Amino acid sequence: MDLFGVLSLALNELISPMTVGYILCAIGLAVHFGFTGLLNFGQAAFAALGAYGFAIAILDFGWDLWGAVLFGLVCAMGFAALLGLPTLRLRADYLAIVTIAAAQALRFTVGSSTMEPITGGSAGLSQFGESFYALNPFPEGDYNIGIVTLTNLEVWMRVVAWGVVAAAALFVFALTRSPWGRVLKGIREDEDAVRALGKNVFSYKLQALVIGGSIAAFGGMIFVMSSQTNQPTNWGTNFTFITWTILLLGGAATILGPIVGGMVFFALLTLIESGLEILVNAGVLPFLQIEQVAQIRFLLVGLILMLLVIFRPQGFFGNKKEMQFNG
Amino acid sequence: MANDISIGPAEPGCKKVDPILIADNVTRQFGGLTAVDVQHVEIPRGKITALIGPNGAGKTTFFNLLTGFDKPNTGSWTYEGRNLAGVPSYRVARLGMIRTFQLTKALSLLTVLDNMRLGAQGQAGESFFKAFIRPLWSGNEKRITKKADELLERFKLDTKREDYAAALSGGQRKLLEMARALMSDPKLVMLDEPMAGVNPALTQSLLDHIKDLKKNGTTVLFVEHDMHMVRHISDWVIVMAEGKIVAEGPPAQVMKDQAVIDAYLGAHADTDLGTVAINKIELGK
Repeated sequence: MDLFGVLSLALNELISPMTVGYILCAIGLAVHFGFTGLLNFGQAAFAALGAYGFAIAILDFGWDLWGAVLFGLVCAMGFAALLGLPTLRLRADYLAIVTIAAAQALRFTVGSSTMEPITGGSAGLSQFGESFYALNPFPEGDYNIGIVTLTNLEVWMRVVAWGVVAAAALFVFALTRSPWGRVLKGIREDEDAVRALGKNVFSYKLQALVIGGSIAAFGGMIFVMSSQTNQPTNWGTNFTFITWTILLLGGAATILGPIVGGMVFFALLTLIESGLEILVNAGVLPFLQIEQVAQIRFLLVGLILMLLVIFRPQGFFGNKKEMQFNG
Repeated sequence: MANDISIGPAEPGCKKVDPILIADNVTRQFGGLTAVDVQHVEIPRGKITALIGPNGAGKTTFFNLLTGFDKPNTGSWTYEGRNLAGVPSYRVARLGMIRTFQLTKALSLLTVLDNMRLGAQGQAGESFFKAFIRPLWSGNEKRITKKADELLERFKLDTKREDYAAALSGGQRKLLEMARALMSDPKLVMLDEPMAGVNPALTQSLLDHIKDLKKNGTTVLFVEHDMHMVRHISDWVIVMAEGKIVAEGPPAQVMKDQAVIDAYLGAHADTDLGTVAINKIELGK
């Protein structure tokens, strides 16, 4: 593979629906963690519920596109309420424990053979995107975007995906600039102080959990839409931790952070993979086999992230001034 | 001894002419330890009342109970004739009973101005759905910001307006916390050790602010270890030891009370006498 091929792969990854899926989950996590201070380690579950809710509404209930989107959203909101109601009155760590456990439980439940008639069990669900692709306004043919060539359906998918990112970013931007957002930031700093000022902290935390979870549900729907396959293995803990990585890479209490963080993360991952493949094929790295490249790229990305966290802990867009006070 | 605050002689649990807060039989146990065991106490309206006592006397726990930050084992209390037992802390605050904390809780990564704005009540934009429609709350915001600026000026924090609260000194944070508490025009302000850690140069201005509160008709209840401050500004002093109220009265009278002198003021006014002091109170009785 030549350099041009590598770059076009990376560029494709930069705007792919999978990247967008993670970006949306990271924006949701920014609402949870960056603005409210909630430790949610189960963001994969919110995305999974969006994806499963959507697919089940289409395939099992025979609903139309909008009904299915709404159902996916309601599933994620219900899950947020279910987790939040008992734990948000407790200390922050309890939410972390409950979310990580609930996400695992959910993944095993939808993948179990008992649930097969509804969720497709371990094979998951597929071919639920017909009504979405039927709305495609782009005429058939290939489209060249820079050095990437896409089909009309792929273009449609990306346009919708980035439209949702823009909407989510504006939505969160408007919220965080409002007095409502100010209360959230206050809760992040010290919830007892905010309580003493007459704010119903529990209610705000629950609202934040539901809103961040809803944004992740959109992420989940977009994540599975391009391939039209939704499997339980998509939603493992690594999904949640990649989301966290993206958030911290970009800056936790920012809106552009998760977007750029997600793009950089996946472009970097592709660049490293392709670059390593070229080097291994050229015999420069005799100690590596070509099959090991896929694993070793995560190792290198991890190293880069470590350096980033050490030398730029506020992420790309975080406010350096804020970090100085945390030391 | 006659005074214009209590009905009859000043003694632990005495009735007041015009109480704003009345607590009955409030107890709180931590395991085997009884931290608070208050039979009856009334806080006089429009006065500055000091709550004093050696470390571990249960002053802060009593504060936490009254403001809904902790739940008592038994007891009830009324504020403005309204039963407050079991009312969550944020509702207590909305009723006009605002507290501060012993360990200052400035919201570090919010600006000083945002800290102040958060103290205001009735900002419509704090509701999720209204947050999106700026005209619904921009008027409120203007009013709140104006008030915040006035208070910041009064507390000499106006030059720090745009700074993060984390950038303030310990004393300035105390000032900010007090100013923030005043944003909602509270009827009863409860200050937990307002002087702790404050530079002596700032002490006088803090004292003046507390006296101003009284001038404006606000009731003040504060916990303090600094006896000069207690003597200087309080109208009434309540002494706690081992969770119980052991003495009450005007400062001059309480400071003469042999039990209190032995326990707390005496020759070792500045040292913490701890359990020895409490034993002496028992003997004094």
